[in-house]
Amino acid sequence: MAEFLQFVFSGLTVGAIYALVAIGFTLIYNASGVINFAQGEFVMLGGMTTVFLGAAGVPLLLAAAAAVLITTAVGMALYRFAIATAREANTVTLIIITIGASIFLRGLAGIMFDKRFHSLPPLFGSDAIRIGGAAILPQSLVVLAGALIIVVLLWAFIDRTLFGKAVSAIAANRLAARLVGINTHVIVGACFALSAAIGAIAGILVTPITLTSYNAGTLLALKGFAAVMLGGIGSAIGAVVGGVLLGLFEAFAAGYLSASYKDAVAFLVILAVLFVMPQGLFGKAKGERV
Amino acid sequence: MSVPVLFGRLRRHRLFPLILLAAMIVLLPLLFPSAYYYRVAALVFIFAIAAIGLNLLMGFAGQVSLGHAGFMGVGAYAVAIGPTHLGIPPLVSFVLGAMLSGLVAFVVGRPILRLRGHYLAVATLGFGVLLAIVFTNEAAWTGGPDGMTVPRLTLLAWSLRSADAWYWVLAVSFLVSAALALNLIDSPTGRALRAIHDSEIAARVLGIDVAQKKLMIFVVSAVYASIAGSYLALMNGYITPDVSDFLRSMELVAMVALGGMGSVIGSLVGSAVLVILPQSLTFFHDYEQVVLGLVVMGVMIFLRGGIVPSLAAALGVRRT
Repeated sequence: MAEFLQFVFSGLTVGAIYALVAIGFTLIYNASGVINFAQGEFVMLGGMTTVFLGAAGVPLLLAAAAAVLITTAVGMALYRFAIATAREANTVTLIIITIGASIFLRGLAGIMFDKRFHSLPPLFGSDAIRIGGAAILPQSLVVLAGALIIVVLLWAFIDRTLFGKAVSAIAANRLAARLVGINTHVIVGACFALSAAIGAIAGILVTPITLTSYNAGTLLALKGFAAVMLGGIGSAIGAVVGGVLLGLFEAFAAGYLSASYKDAVAFLVILAVLFVMPQGLFGKAKGERV
Repeated sequence: MSVPVLFGRLRRHRLFPLILLAAMIVLLPLLFPSAYYYRVAALVFIFAIAAIGLNLLMGFAGQVSLGHAGFMGVGAYAVAIGPTHLGIPPLVSFVLGAMLSGLVAFVVGRPILRLRGHYLAVATLGFGVLLAIVFTNEAAWTGGPDGMTVPRLTLLAWSLRSADAWYWVLAVSFLVSAALALNLIDSPTGRALRAIHDSEIAARVLGIDVAQKKLMIFVVSAVYASIAGSYLALMNGYITPDVSDFLRSMELVAMVALGGMGSVIGSLVGSAVLVILPQSLTFFHDYEQVVLGLVVMGVMIFLRGGIVPSLAAALGVRRT
């Protein structure tokens, strides 16, 4: 039982991060139809920038805030210089562009920072809290709370503000949205910025637990995407549920089956979902227009 | 028949570009100052073979694969594991590896190719990464992340070892691969594939078995990738799971896109650029990823047609 609970705790912690990556994917996908494979680099940039600003003597909280701002700027630049420039390109071309951006950002991080693993001090120490024979780090609770707050805030922002209504309008029909006077460029750019900020925060929160390095982003992006597929592409609830489920699957697979094949779980999930129910748990099935 | 008529007929033949290319390949070594150049050129041929295969899938059938390095890995590990662990001679392992890749592609192809757009991209990507994970984890067979040595290819008493020998072997392999691809493109199957690229529904209405044609070209492109992987392993004499890395898959896609979707010669040009560029940037070894990322983005944004088709259009050449 204690073992089971332990896997649940670690699964939830990792799952919360996958959920945040997946939310970032969904935000950009709904606004622009782009699957942004550089999403994982946002997470990496958040963690790494904080580490290096901190090492340069900047107080940690300030470093974290600066890291979020810098990552946000990177997200906006990605939209402005890569996505907006390639406007009428097809889906696959856009995917390849974001993968190119991801390789570029990773390479840049490898040069500007270094190629070692780094950590950050946890917010509330590292004495594990014991619950039912299982241990949970205070930082795991921080990650869970942080993820919850971000999801709630984002939901309120999308559901209750004019900005959010504009995003929904663009997601429903881009041309119609432009016709009623929505500046799609600004809104989509803002979605990239927001998504980058969420990624950066996720990166900062999780670095004390999982460590980070210049190439930590790729795998996170792929797993975040697996979460999106599982939840149903375009669905925000789906992204959160998919992320948490994927985290749990992984923790149980690592615990009960094989630790070395932990990373394979996400890809088996992707393939299984695609073959069995391509619309995911919460997605809508789409007909094809001829 | 006068010489101009004969030449005109030759010029219109579909393999004419390859004949020119063959002549260039024969003359090229005259410019090579050292064995190193043979090696780089041989590498270009290896990646060109893989890129041609992927181009058949992407450029002609219009189906993307972001996991083709996985098949390179199958071919590479076939010639590594076959002779080392199973006692199968390298040449037989080479063929078995290609057959295995084809079989794997046949089995996973049917469900994967039903998908479209980003679903297809992600499924192929996931498949490629899964293969890479298997190569990394099955250390008893593959040596794990450190890789394993690959026995040399020997024919009778002659061991294939020197860079210039590899240059000739790979040049011939490349020309054969390219000729086969050009023939395939000009066959009814090739036309069916282009129809699928333009509109799957229209193709189906015309009576083309879309699923079967897509599957067939997926298998062919997997075999091309596998052969390239086997060559890479045999030439280097060493193999690590990097061969089937996700980055490698992206590199292949970049080669196809850079040279030109649907252009066989383009695949050679794309491979040449992406193989030679990092070699000439060894000074800036750290910048390799930055450059690759920039090239991928730049090509997709500004040069969507690719180098060779854009040049051909400028020069008014019919086909490349």
